[in-house]
Amino acid sequence: MLGGAIDCDLHPSVPNLRALHPYMTDHWRDIIVQRGLSELESIAYPANSPLTARPDWRPEGRKPASTLDLVRTQALDPFRIGTAICNCLYGVQLLFSEDMGAGMARALNDWMVAEWLDKEPRLRASIVVPVQNPELAVDEIERLAGDTRFVQVLMLVMGDMPLGKRLYWPIYAAAERHNLPIGIHAGSSYRHPVTPLGWPTYYTEDYAAQAPAFQQALSSLICEGVFSKYPSLKVVLLESGFTWLPAHMWRLTKFWRGLRMEVPWVDRAPADIMRSNVRLTTQPCDAPPDRAIFQRLLDHMGSDELLLFSSDYPHWQFDGDEILPDGLPDGLAKKIMFDNPRATYARLTETV
Amino acid sequence: MPRHVVATTTEIPAGTRKLVTVRGRRIGIFNLNGEYFGLFDRCPHQGGSLCLGLTTGLVEAPEPGTYEYSRRGEILRCPWHGWEFDIRTGQSVTDPESIRARSYQVEVAGGTEVIERKLVAETVPVMVEENYIIVDV
Amino acid sequence: MNVQVAARPTVQSANASKLAIADGDIHPQRNSYKDLFPYMEQRWIEMAKTFGSRPRQAYQAGPAYPKSQPNASRRDAWPPEGGRPGSSLPFLRQQLLDENNIQLGILNPTGDNGASFQNREFGAGVAQAMNRWVEAEWLIEPRLKGSIVVPYEDTEAAVAEIERWAGDPRFVQVLMVTRTANPPGQKQYWKIYEAAAAANLPIGVHAFGFGGYPVSGSGWPSYYIEDMVGHAQSAQSFLASMVIEGVFERIPNFKMVMIESGFAWLPSLAWRLDKIWNRLKVETPHLKRAPSEYIRESVWLTTQPMEEPQPREHVLDALDWIGWDRLLFATDYPHWDFDDPTQVLPMPLPEQQRRDFFFNNAMKLYRQA
Repeated sequence: MLGGAIDCDLHPSVPNLRALHPYMTDHWRDIIVQRGLSELESIAYPANSPLTARPDWRPEGRKPASTLDLVRTQALDPFRIGTAICNCLYGVQLLFSEDMGAGMARALNDWMVAEWLDKEPRLRASIVVPVQNPELAVDEIERLAGDTRFVQVLMLVMGDMPLGKRLYWPIYAAAERHNLPIGIHAGSSYRHPVTPLGWPTYYTEDYAAQAPAFQQALSSLICEGVFSKYPSLKVVLLESGFTWLPAHMWRLTKFWRGLRMEVPWVDRAPADIMRSNVRLTTQPCDAPPDRAIFQRLLDHMGSDELLLFSSDYPHWQFDGDEILPDGLPDGLAKKIMFDNPRATYARLTETV
Repeated sequence: MPRHVVATTTEIPAGTRKLVTVRGRRIGIFNLNGEYFGLFDRCPHQGGSLCLGLTTGLVEAPEPGTYEYSRRGEILRCPWHGWEFDIRTGQSVTDPESIRARSYQVEVAGGTEVIERKLVAETVPVMVEENYIIVDV
Repeated sequence: MNVQVAARPTVQSANASKLAIADGDIHPQRNSYKDLFPYMEQRWIEMAKTFGSRPRQAYQAGPAYPKSQPNASRRDAWPPEGGRPGSSLPFLRQQLLDENNIQLGILNPTGDNGASFQNREFGAGVAQAMNRWVEAEWLIEPRLKGSIVVPYEDTEAAVAEIERWAGDPRFVQVLMVTRTANPPGQKQYWKIYEAAAAANLPIGVHAFGFGGYPVSGSGWPSYYIEDMVGHAQSAQSFLASMVIEGVFERIPNFKMVMIESGFAWLPSLAWRLDKIWNRLKVETPHLKRAPSEYIRESVWLTTQPMEEPQPREHVLDALDWIGWDRLLFATDYPHWDFDDPTQVLPMPLPEQQRRDFFFNNAMKLYRQA
């Protein structure tokens, strides 16, 4: 594999909530200590679930991916990553209190700067925003946008409302203003069950449910007109899988042809909007066992600009160093590792 | 190009339509404010009877949440999947360049002219004092 | 990228040669509650008159996603004698069965059929009446077969209804919908599947339903188009639940048909389920085989609404990957997103494949062959 690839989805983890204390205001630090709030880890990645970390990425006595040393020795160096975008999934977006969520998000982002970005030049990061309150989310974007090591705004695929709804638009306006893509990552704030049919029994179902959730998020973003209003906004689907994309392109476009009147601001085929404004990371791949089928599916996608290289470290999506999906044509692999990420994240070319 | 007399103008007042059959083809004749247009009665999507569909206006949106409604009665929606077609041109609204309903040239001529030009009038008796709708099929 | 000209679909020779076909999804429609009163108990008649259905949705008249056309139907499907689309057997015979030489039509009486009423007992009463109504007024047409409407949120009542009709060969399926009130693979539903399997009836899972949760895991979308496209996602969740909970493992001979939910999503979901099941195996020791194996063996799908990629030939890949023996042609008559059998595929199929797609697969699954 070529060296210097741009890894578009890497997950440093917060060792524990105490690690964020230095970055909180006195008020928030004292409040959460007094109230006994000790952790914000989401059920989206149970600590000891096999998916949450590959066995050889589980250090003794410490949380996976919780130190710079671990990330360097387990991911950046062995995979010869040139640049990695850190998407921290600590559950600050899940708190019901808007202000507390904003306070925690702020601390998380400041921790990311001090402990990661300042210390490792290969790292970039997404601004974790308190989606609980779009105005406060915009404040956080405005606060940090000047630091060009922040290359994206991070949201989760499932929240209070479908992501295309207008109440979120101030976030998209701010992101577009600052040339920041919106990164939508697998996961939920669990305001609703992860399926339309209620709360599933197994974690296996929860994780499987992320793919349909991404499909519906795309429907919402497109049908609500986010890309009509913000035509240069890029949306990156992170840890979403991508082999479902052609089927969704087909279905949404088909129905648009008959139902355009309901959403008249959608003035071109949804499949075309996906090709121009949406990107997806390569892990997990959800590929068929048959390479020929996989290559045919890539044809169905109708664009070689859609996919962005990712490791999803430390989540266990691949073994050994099989970080790239099997069966990618050579030219495409290179595009996925270099050109597509650079085209998506304008700030990378400024500072790389 | 054979020209067929299909109806009198009084049969198709403004805002109405008539389905006629010419050389085995069903064609919908529409009167939009005194102008006549002809469309093949077969939706290019799945072959539904296009000309039985609802006519409506054109809904456009300069931005999400703002609706501009114009050209009432000039957009035809297939009765099946609701695809929208511009009656004047046959073009679909979603893909005007690549999806269109087959349209036919329609003109109006008086009875005398019809007789003089020996236009084909299979089922329509031609009277000098009437005006006729003629389709180019 | 330019959109390729949507080539006029090649007319299949099916219509010209009047190949006999099977239609996996037809919707008989009652004009009003009154149509059911002859088949309903008096207390439920009173309930219907006084309080109405009260499904888990806001409006008395229907969903808060208004349809794109009245009754969600083709505008040319209103019977000439009056009544709603799908309410007239003579007109349905003429416009659908005779016109397309349909020799086997599966009736799916969805819509206000009791299954998702907040009042479960009342819902069970209505479901029972629906089946009696279908039996009396629709199954007199030998080309039509019924799906047993069951109040699936009340397991006992649903099982009783299955057992009531199980011996009647005119009923060939048990009807559920994709949006149940809980994931359908959960334990409280198992007796329904056991009863269906014991009666040798597949469960037909039709798009829609109002379980009460939002139609996405992120809340309620704004638009009808999202509701319609969203059936593909609901179907994925339904199928995932059934597989992962082990319904197929637990109940041999259990068969399921996904109806009106599309199909191109299936291969990717199967690959995803295989991968995640394998990674998280410790959680599901009851599963003895890969999810894709259960799906391949026990799941069928109707083809409406047909997928329309550009170029249209790409849909043949999806059909290959699913398996041509898994697919059942359907029209969804009288609804607006109808598929015409002569237009539905982008190219003529080889003879055997054509017969399987349009007829043999359904005849075999519904044991009519």
